[in-house]
Amino acid sequence: MSKQLETFKSNLEEFASKHKQEIRKNPQFRVQFQEMCATIGVDPLASGKGFWSEMLGVGDFYYELGVQIIEVCLALKHRNGGLITLDELHQRVLKGRGKYAQDVSQDDLVRAIKKLKVMGNGFGMIPVGGSYLVQSVPAELNMDHTVVLQLAEKKGFVTVSEITDSLKWEKERAGHVLDHLLKEGLAWLDSQAAGEPQYWLPALFSELTSRDVTPEEANQMTP
Amino acid sequence: MDRFSWSNGLLEINETLVIQQRGVRLYDGDDKAKLDVGVALLSTHRLIWRDIKNHECCIAMPLSQIIYFEEQAAGIGKSAKIVIHLHPSPTNKEPGPYQNSKYSHIKLSFKEHGQIEFHRRLTEEMTQKRWENTPASQPIPTGTGPQTGRTRAVGIVGIERKIEEKRKETDKNICEAFEDLSKLMVKAKEMVELSRSIANKIKEKQGDITEDETIRFKSYLLSMGIANPVTRETYGSGTHYHMQLAKQLGDMLQAPLEERGGMMALTEVYCLVNRARGMELLSPEDLLNACKVFEQLKLPVRLRVFDSGVMVVQLQSHSEEEMIASALDNVSDKGSLTAEEFAKLLGLSVLLSKERLLLAEKMGHLCRDDSVEGLRFYPNLF
Repeated sequence: MSKQLETFKSNLEEFASKHKQEIRKNPQFRVQFQEMCATIGVDPLASGKGFWSEMLGVGDFYYELGVQIIEVCLALKHRNGGLITLDELHQRVLKGRGKYAQDVSQDDLVRAIKKLKVMGNGFGMIPVGGSYLVQSVPAELNMDHTVVLQLAEKKGFVTVSEITDSLKWEKERAGHVLDHLLKEGLAWLDSQAAGEPQYWLPALFSELTSRDVTPEEANQMTP
Repeated sequence: MDRFSWSNGLLEINETLVIQQRGVRLYDGDDKAKLDVGVALLSTHRLIWRDIKNHECCIAMPLSQIIYFEEQAAGIGKSAKIVIHLHPSPTNKEPGPYQNSKYSHIKLSFKEHGQIEFHRRLTEEMTQKRWENTPASQPIPTGTGPQTGRTRAVGIVGIERKIEEKRKETDKNICEAFEDLSKLMVKAKEMVELSRSIANKIKEKQGDITEDETIRFKSYLLSMGIANPVTRETYGSGTHYHMQLAKQLGDMLQAPLEERGGMMALTEVYCLVNRARGMELLSPEDLLNACKVFEQLKLPVRLRVFDSGVMVVQLQSHSEEEMIASALDNVSDKGSLTAEEFAKLLGLSVLLSKERLLLAEKMGHLCRDDSVEGLRFYPNLF
């Protein structure tokens, strides 16, 4: 097999010398490349020591992105409990990368996150409203929790009546799910809202309705 | 820039926000517009721009004004841009920041990146033309009108042709790249099949293949990025690369672990190590596989997986009993503690302090008070 490996290695080197830039600069090319690898049963991101990583440089691109994703999630955890929209994550990663770094697409983020899962810190993606919520803490979120998150996506908050009306659940089931989200720090309770209490999800706050809170400020606020 | 009208930035009924991007500066043709950097918003109906500091300063243009657009790559000291070519304004256009302009194109300059997604979404919206199906409550003037016919012909067609040529050239390069990629993949597939047949042989004739050859095979799999077909696990423990890596990590992590109370989450280690390396970074799997052989190599650090699935690297010297005893001491001292309070006390991350409290609880030394206000631990008096 070692002879075939050598042959393949030189094929890859040739490819790299012609098209290495394409991978770095062209996100559609990256997607195509990843999908083709998946089809034949090859994972180009499995190891930094793999040929793909060494010769095409795909590895460093995604592993560094992984570091940036972890750092953003960690920095915001005190505010959103470890749940963030893919859009917001994308914006913040771009900001952190600075002016001169390579642009990244949301597909790139998704692939990097898939790799981070193996490290057991609860990284996962929840489909919500046409995009995703990225989870970065090992909070247990089952189907019920996910469905409520999806319901809350439109306005950033949800009430017990909304859940019982649209999902046709009993009050108890709704209360159970909301309590869990509160406990995990993913939801905040507004008991002074007109009508009934509202459960807000900081992860879903848009730029227009929020202001950044530092960890110190967060600690000073009463629970 | 004279195609824009002042706007309040509020979306109409039936109009949906598609994407927004901060850090965008507008250009009137090739000149910087007399506006500051702001936020560009794309909706199903319009292109909107708002000044970041002064929210009152907000302008919009219907997407139907757009003839054609293309990306302009970033250069040294220059941000990436999207160049948008526009129809002339209709006569009933509402006033905007510019009365008139000598240009019929504008540019969006992405000073904080984001042009790839913006371009993609703009392409989608311009293809779908959703504004035609669900007209917003305000009538949006379109760019085509009989009086605009003649002036369009020369200038814009010339521009379009140039853009088309450049696009064909880029397309050709991409085509070639894709062709080469397909050929490469065919060869890679052969390698995958070859490795499967070898793996089968190994399974059948257990005795005939030497230890050495098995290790060599595993490193081939690693190079190709193929999962080990025999064990199905990530072909980790067993390659020399991971053993070497484990030794390096064992050395490198001593001091950071001491500083952090003897324990670090695997994601923390990942960030620490890769930031230090700068290039030739480790993949998450590389790190995990190296950690898995700590015990085998009798290194002073260990990988540990908690019930919750959280993985940490901890100093071997940090015994379990010590950790539990200290947790119990601290909790008794304060009467009760939450994970956050414990974290502050010890200078640990909240995640890890929670794991310690859970461990102490598992061993029967602490018990919990689980309420909506959070999880609090008390000494177990039962």
